[in-house]
Amino acid sequence: MTIEELNKIKVAKADIVKVRTIIAEEGEKLAKETGYRKQVLVCGGTGCQSSHSMDVLKALKDELAAQGIADEILVVRTGCFGLCSLGPIVIVYPEGAFYAQATPEGIKRIVDEHLVKGEICKDLLYKETVHEDGSIISLYETNFYRKQKRIALRNCGVIDPEDIEEYIATDGYQALYKVLDSMTPDEVVNEVLESGIRGRGGAGFPTGRKWMFTKDAPGDVKYVACNADEGDPGAFMDRSILEGDPHAVIEAMTIASYAVGAHQGYVYVRAEYPVAVNRLQIALDQAREYGLLGKNILGKGHDFDIEIRLGAGAFVCGEETALLTSIEGNRGEPRPRPPFPAVKGLFGKPTLLNNVETYANIAQIIRKGASWYNAMGTEKSKGTKVFALGGKITNVGLVEIPMGTTLREIIEEIGGGIPDGKAFKAAQTGGPSGGCIPAQHIDTPIDYESLAALGSMMGSGGLIVMDEDNCMVDVSKFYLNFTVDESCGKCTPCRVGTRKLLQLLEKITDGKGEMEDLEKIQDLATHMKTSSLCALGQSAPNPVLSTLQYFGDEYLAHIKDKRCPSGVCKNLLQYEIIADKCKGCTLCARNCPANAITGTVKNPHVIDTTKCIKCGVCMNNCKFGAIIKK
Amino acid sequence: MTEKTVIPFQGTPEQEAQLKEVIAKHHDQPGGLMPTLQEAQGIYGYLPIEVQKMIADGLGVSLSEVFGVATFYSQFSLTPKGKHRISVCLGTACYVKGSDKILEAVEAKLGIKSGECTADGMFSIDSCRCVGACGLAPVMLVDEDVYGKLKPDQVAKILDSYK
Repeated sequence: MTIEELNKIKVAKADIVKVRTIIAEEGEKLAKETGYRKQVLVCGGTGCQSSHSMDVLKALKDELAAQGIADEILVVRTGCFGLCSLGPIVIVYPEGAFYAQATPEGIKRIVDEHLVKGEICKDLLYKETVHEDGSIISLYETNFYRKQKRIALRNCGVIDPEDIEEYIATDGYQALYKVLDSMTPDEVVNEVLESGIRGRGGAGFPTGRKWMFTKDAPGDVKYVACNADEGDPGAFMDRSILEGDPHAVIEAMTIASYAVGAHQGYVYVRAEYPVAVNRLQIALDQAREYGLLGKNILGKGHDFDIEIRLGAGAFVCGEETALLTSIEGNRGEPRPRPPFPAVKGLFGKPTLLNNVETYANIAQIIRKGASWYNAMGTEKSKGTKVFALGGKITNVGLVEIPMGTTLREIIEEIGGGIPDGKAFKAAQTGGPSGGCIPAQHIDTPIDYESLAALGSMMGSGGLIVMDEDNCMVDVSKFYLNFTVDESCGKCTPCRVGTRKLLQLLEKITDGKGEMEDLEKIQDLATHMKTSSLCALGQSAPNPVLSTLQYFGDEYLAHIKDKRCPSGVCKNLLQYEIIADKCKGCTLCARNCPANAITGTVKNPHVIDTTKCIKCGVCMNNCKFGAIIKK
Repeated sequence: MTEKTVIPFQGTPEQEAQLKEVIAKHHDQPGGLMPTLQEAQGIYGYLPIEVQKMIADGLGVSLSEVFGVATFYSQFSLTPKGKHRISVCLGTACYVKGSDKILEAVEAKLGIKSGECTADGMFSIDSCRCVGACGLAPVMLVDEDVYGKLKPDQVAKILDSYK
């Protein structure tokens, strides 16, 4: 492939993709010129596929064929749009009509009414895109999208990730050509350094410095690796990028290989992500076929290829030395640093390792320049960050925001607030290595420094929202359970420390806690932080420490009053029937699996607390709100 | 400790031939042990000691190294799984929406604990950490089928449909 051939594909496909970014009259005109009067985008991300978007896609194709309009309408299976809670998502261009929670039955109506007769099915649209006067707005004008700035996610939900030509149409592989044609490796590294981008996988190390260290390391054989072992439960941006825009990662890794002098790359992906692995494999095959991977790329004399390696379910493999050890085929145990991977990494050779989201920014930094990128964000945190919003929030999904956006904007505006009128309690960032940000700090601008100052961390970008019903002691216990499971066992502070910490938390939630346990927790945490081998053990106490800092009163309630204020910790709960409200319907007694409820028809019932197993079935079944837990 | 029933190894000559092909493919690849184990588990459904021995001999590494890797990663199983594999997501997003209650309901319905297989070999239960379908939390997988936005009282009916 030459640059002329690349540009030819770009020109041929550009308008088709452009229809998806402009709407109204201009879009309509353009759509006609492309030969497809309408385009229907169906989300093929894991979230939407789990809510059966492939059934919707099949119904769509069948119906288009049945109506005889299959060749006028372009159907595109895209990656993730980000609004996973509204899946399956279907968008029709040039109108930009955003259909939410589509069903095979609904799609038949969309084909018949919208695509054939030209009347948008307004009752099937996402309600936020329909004004009271009946006019519709584009998805990108909704609260969820308006404050976002999509760079790493720019192609997710826009292009067909299984068609390399659609990536090329959106300036794909232009940055690679620019680098190979007119930049020295030093200039590439400098551009990345100047952009100010920092590692998006967790620790936030300046990406350009990693590139520089690897470039400067002596050695003929070097490697470029990509960390796609997205282990933080609740974070799924790396998966979405691989599913929605895999070529962005391939192009960036190839640019990196030129900068540091490597000829072989590895992507280490979680095996739990079958869709992402499949799309990445397709993308690699296409890149090779188009001469964008392999020997003499774009005729410029650089050789590079990429191999996929599957993880096998070990959280610790997200740690860089453990990941490289795992690629080597061993137990994924970390090793002490230095030497850092940039000096001595995979198979003992200098290795550049970045995460998926970091790579997804690189081609655009090269194409648009470092000053374009570093104009966004805060003083020390440049650019944007993708967050996976989850938990007790209305708009569950993926959002990309400029650094410096406040937590309040994310939760209340983009996220649509807390459902069911509940009160916001805390947001957890950084997963099992991070901490909780309480309501009083909701106006904190998000960047690496401000999150660290609050005792949390950026992490990979999981942002789990909790409301008044979540017990913070229980949440800490959840994370410790996780780290106990995932500690690799190599070093004692982590292997034994996590277990001891969990035992202390269990003691507290069982109602057997003593005040001195809190001191023991602090003491143990200090030792784990200072003496564990890798970040897993060093950061494992964070969820406990940060909840102790902000929700100390909840711990005290568990220890002193033997009470769980949120009503979560079973051993501290008692179910009780309020005699005044009980109508004696007997429903609770009949459903109690432990036969702990007695009473006769039309007379108040009583729970025998010695028999009660606290399953909550009675409370769920009571139609009169007569059963309370306290 | 409860005693575990040991199910005798029932590998077929066809499976062994497939395994040998896999071993030959990865023999000279740097770091080829993990992909070999992954494909071997695809063939047999789990990694009994007999299979680990064949891999050790075939790749020319010690059995202790094979066993070490096979027991390190949670994806590898040394015991057979049920005909239908249930996986309840206990990732954070699912947990804060009550997926522990879903797991309890599955355990209660089948009378086994997470990590075990029913006596008739029909179901095995595992918990997993995030399938990335956080928008549908809480989530349960039965084989490849995803069930989202679940309530504990829906579990029994779903499992009955796999009988």
